[in-house]
Amino acid sequence: MRLIADSRHYAAFERLARSQLRHPQSAVGTLLVAVFLILALFGPQLAPHPNPNDQSHDVRRPPTLDLGRLHLGEHPFGTDRLGRDVYSRVILGAGSIFQIAGLGTLISVALGSALGLFMGYQGGWVDEIIGRIIDALLAIPALLLALVLIGIIRNLDFDAGSWQAALADNVILLVISLLYIPIVARVARSTTLDIKTREFVEAAQIRGESQPYIIFREILPSVIPSLVVEASLRFSYAIFLVASLGFLGFGARPPSPDWGLMVNENRGGFYQLTPWALEFPALAIAILVIAVNLMSDGIRRAVQKGS
Amino acid sequence: MAASQHLVDAHSLTVSYRVEDRWIPAVRDFRLQLAPGQIVGLVGESGSGKSTVALALMRYLSSNGRMESGGSLRFDGEDLLNKSMAEMRRLWAKRIKFVPQNAAAALNPSIKIGRQVTETLKAADGIEGPEAFERMMDMFHDVNLVDPERVAQRYPHELSGGMQQRVTIAMALISNPELLIMDEPTTGLDVTTEAVILDLLRNLIAERDTSVVYITHNLGVVAQLCERVIVLYAGEIMEEASVLDLFAHPRHPYTLGLISSVPKPGQSKGAAQLQSIAGNPPSLRRIPSGCVFAERCSLVADICRRRKPPLESLGAGRWARCHRWSEVGISPPPRSHKEAGGYPRQDPIAFSPSVSSDDRNRDGGTGWGRVKRSSETLLRATNLTKHFPVDRSLSEILGRQEPSPIRAVDGVDLRLSAGQTLGLVGESGSGKTTLARLIIGLEARSGGKLELLGMDVRDSVRDRSQDLRSKLQMIFQNPQNSLNPYLSVRQAIRRPLIKLRGFAPAAADAEALALLERVNLLAEYAERYPDELSGGEKQRVAIARAFASDPDLIVCDEPVSALDVSVQSAVLNLLAELQDNHGSAYLFISHNLSVVGYLADIIAVMYLGQLFEIGDARELFQPPCHPYTEALVSAIPVPDPLHSTERILLSDDLPSAQNLPSGCRFHTRCPRKIGAICETEEPPWRQGDAGRLIRCHIPLEELTSSQRGLRLAREAD
Repeated sequence: MRLIADSRHYAAFERLARSQLRHPQSAVGTLLVAVFLILALFGPQLAPHPNPNDQSHDVRRPPTLDLGRLHLGEHPFGTDRLGRDVYSRVILGAGSIFQIAGLGTLISVALGSALGLFMGYQGGWVDEIIGRIIDALLAIPALLLALVLIGIIRNLDFDAGSWQAALADNVILLVISLLYIPIVARVARSTTLDIKTREFVEAAQIRGESQPYIIFREILPSVIPSLVVEASLRFSYAIFLVASLGFLGFGARPPSPDWGLMVNENRGGFYQLTPWALEFPALAIAILVIAVNLMSDGIRRAVQKGS
Repeated sequence: MAASQHLVDAHSLTVSYRVEDRWIPAVRDFRLQLAPGQIVGLVGESGSGKSTVALALMRYLSSNGRMESGGSLRFDGEDLLNKSMAEMRRLWAKRIKFVPQNAAAALNPSIKIGRQVTETLKAADGIEGPEAFERMMDMFHDVNLVDPERVAQRYPHELSGGMQQRVTIAMALISNPELLIMDEPTTGLDVTTEAVILDLLRNLIAERDTSVVYITHNLGVVAQLCERVIVLYAGEIMEEASVLDLFAHPRHPYTLGLISSVPKPGQSKGAAQLQSIAGNPPSLRRIPSGCVFAERCSLVADICRRRKPPLESLGAGRWARCHRWSEVGISPPPRSHKEAGGYPRQDPIAFSPSVSSDDRNRDGGTGWGRVKRSSETLLRATNLTKHFPVDRSLSEILGRQEPSPIRAVDGVDLRLSAGQTLGLVGESGSGKTTLARLIIGLEARSGGKLELLGMDVRDSVRDRSQDLRSKLQMIFQNPQNSLNPYLSVRQAIRRPLIKLRGFAPAAADAEALALLERVNLLAEYAERYPDELSGGEKQRVAIARAFASDPDLIVCDEPVSALDVSVQSAVLNLLAELQDNHGSAYLFISHNLSVVGYLADIIAVMYLGQLFEIGDARELFQPPCHPYTEALVSAIPVPDPLHSTERILLSDDLPSAQNLPSGCRFHTRCPRKIGAICETEEPPWRQGDAGRLIRCHIPLEELTSSQRGLRLAREAD
C-alpha cells in the first residue's frame, strides 16, 4: 500500500531498479557507470599517485596488471614516456569528464526543457520562430559547431578575473550546454504538445490557472520521464564529445589527465613505445560510453513501461 | 461422436498471461459449444477476458499468453491444440476469420482496399486476377458498399469508419468461413452506423450459415443479434443461456445487475434511480478463492466466500455459476433496492447517510444545501457560431480564393434554466463537443452571444472573471486523462477550492474530504493517485473536482461513455443526486440516447452544427419528432430481445462540415425527404406541444401520423 505522497517517487525508483535488474545488459551498464562515478568522486583518494603530473617513476614501464591472478602490481597500466603512472591518470581523468559532461548535460536539460515546455505550451508563432532556429542549429554537425565556438571564445581577450574570463575558462562546459539545449528543447516540446491536449490541462485552464502553474505543476511532471531518458542519452554523447575535443586538442590542456588528451599525446610514433599509455584511456572512454548507453536503454525501457 | 455436431467445442480452457514474471490466469474454465450457423454473444465488462477468449478460440494468443493444459479445444471435430502453426495459418486463411474492433488499425494504410481484399482470397482459395476481382465486387455488393469499384481503388483513410468496418467484414466473409469471431465490431461507430452494420450482419450471417462468436459489452446489441449469450465476469463464465431466457429470467445476480443497470429508452431520473452494482471487479492477481462476484453480490452468503461455485447445468441449455441461482429474480433481490426495476427516488438526506442534515446546515455558505432550481434563465446562447478556418491550398492561393471554413457550430440558440439538465445528442461530427467548448471557453467563438445570468460572457476562459469561472465547470469524457497522474486525489480536489473559492489550505483539505464523501468515496482515497483508481472512481473524483467551486452549470462531455455498464449507472445516479442536493444545471452531451433520456429535462438534437429539435426529454421518444431524431431513436439497440422497431437506417456518411448541403442540412440522408424544397430552402422551426420545437419542412401532424411505429418508450407505463 502506497499511502504517502513521497513513497510514490520511491515506488517509481524501485520499479526502475527492478526493471534494470531484469535485463542483465542494463544492470551491467548501471553498475559500470556507478564504478566510474565512484572513481570520479574519490579519484584523488583512490589513485596510488594523486598528482597527475607526478613524473617520479621510471619511464615506459609496461603494465604490471595480471588479470589471471587478479594482481595489480606497481604500475597496473604501466607508465608513459614522462614517467607518469597511467593507472592513476586514468582514475583522475574520470573526475573531469564527469564534471564537464555531467554538468553540461544538467545545464542543457534544465534550460532546454524550460524552453521546450514554453514553446510547446505557447504554440503559434513563438513556437514557429524558435523551432526554425533550432532546426538551423541542428543542421550543423555538433563537433564542427563546438570547434567553431571554442575557437571564437578562446580568441577573445578578457580581463583576468572578469566573469567573461571565467566563462572562457569553462568553454567546453559552455559549449556542451549550448549544443544540447536545442536537442533537449525539441524532446520537451514534443512531449508537451502531447500532454497539453490532455483533459486535466484543460481543467486547469477552466480553473483559470496561470501559465507558469500549468506548465510547471500540471505538464512538467508528465514530461519528466522522457527528459530522464533524454538526459541519459545526452550524457553519453557529452562524454564522447568531451573526449573528442580532448583528442583534437581543443579540450583540456596538458598536463591534465584528460582521457582524450592522453590518447592524443600518445599516438603516432609514441604508440610504438608505450602502446598502453594510449590503449587504457581509449578503453576507459569506450567502456564508459557503452555503459551509459546500456543504462539509458534500461531507463527508457522502464519509463516506457511505466507510462 | 456427440462432439462433432458442434463446430466449436471447448472445455476447461484456461488462458494465462505472463506479466512481470508471474502467470496470471485471465480466463478460467471456459466452455463453449457452438452449433453451425449459431450466433453466440460473449458479454462482459472490460477486463472480463472476452477478447482473450476470442484469441484463444483461434489459438492466436500474444507471445506472453499460453493455454494451460487440461483444456480441450476442438474445431469441426479436430483438436486445435495439437495443430502446428502452419496448419493454424491455413485455418485462419479460410475457415476461421476475425473481425476486429478497430477497422482503421486493422487495414494496412499503405495498400489499396482492393488489393488487401483480393490478397485474402489468394491466401484462402488461391484465386487471383479477374476472378478474384469479380468475387470481391460481389462481396462488396453484399455488404452494401456504395460504388464498389471506387472503394477498391481507395486507401483505407479515404473511407469513413462505417465503410472501413464493412470492408473488414467483407474481407472476413469473402472466403466463406465456417467460424467468424467478431470483437466489438460496432463499438467505435455511431449508433446510426451501428444499426446499419448490425442489420447487415444479421442478413449476411443468416444467408451463409456461418457460426459467429460476437464479443461485446453492449447488452442491446446482444439482444438484437445473438441467439445464445455467455456472460463473462473476471475471466469466468457466470451464466449461459438463450437470449430470450437470459433477458426474461436471469439466473445469476451479475446478469440481473447488468440488465437492470442499463437505462432503458424512456426511463428517466424522475421516476426511479438506476440500479447499479457496487464495487469493482477483483484484481486478476488476487482472485478470490470463493465466488469471484461475491464481493459485489447482493445475494452473497457464507458459502459464496468459502467455496467457488461450479458452472452448473440448469437444464434446457442453461448454465450458471452461482450457489444461489434458484433464488435469483425470485426472492426480493438487491439488499437496498425495493423492486427489480429500481425504486422511487428517496429523500436525498435519507439516501446518502454520510450527509446528515446538520452538516448541510453548517456548510450553508458553500451552497450545498441550497437548491437553485428555478425558472430563472441561467444560460442563454444566441446564434452561437464557430467556424474553423482551413489553410488555403496552392490553387486557392493562386486563384486568390478563400477556402470555406469548417462550420462546426453554425448558429445555435439555447436557453437553459437554473438547475435544469439539457441533453445534447447527435452523431460524432455534429458539433456537440465544439458547442460545449465554446460555452466553457476553451474555444473562442466566431460569432454569437453567450450570457450567464444575464451577463455577457467573454470568449475565452482566460478573459473571464474568477467569479464566472467558478460558476462554469466541466466533466470530461475520458477519466484516464481528466486527472493529472502526478497529483493525488486530495491535491486535485483542493486546488479549485483554493483557487476559485479562496479557501485556506487547511480548510481546503477538510472540504476536499467532505467532497469525497459526497461522491461516495472513502476518505482514504484522498492520498491515492489516479493510477490506483478504477475508471468509475476516477470519474467520481473528476465530478468532485467540478463541484468543488460550487458551480451553477457543469458541462458534461460524454461523462459515462468510457465507463463499464455496471459503473456507468452508479455515476449517473451520483450526477442526479448531486444535482438534487446542489441545484447545478448540466449541459449533458452524449451519443447514447438512453443515457441522455435518463438524466435530461430538455433534449436538443444537433446535426452538422445546427439544432434540429428541442423539447422536453419525456416527450422526445414520442412522435412527432424530426426525421433525424427518429432515426437516432430507432437505431438504439434496445436490451430486450422481444423488442422490435422498424429501424430507419441512415447512410453512414455525414456530409463534410466544410461543404454543407444546401437547404435542409439533413436532406442528403433524410428518409422522409419531401422534394425540392428540402434541397433549396432552410426548414422553419415548427412549434409543437409543450414548447417542443422541430425544424423541418414537414408539418408536425404529418410527422405524427407517419411515425406511428416509433413507440419505444412508455410501453412500460
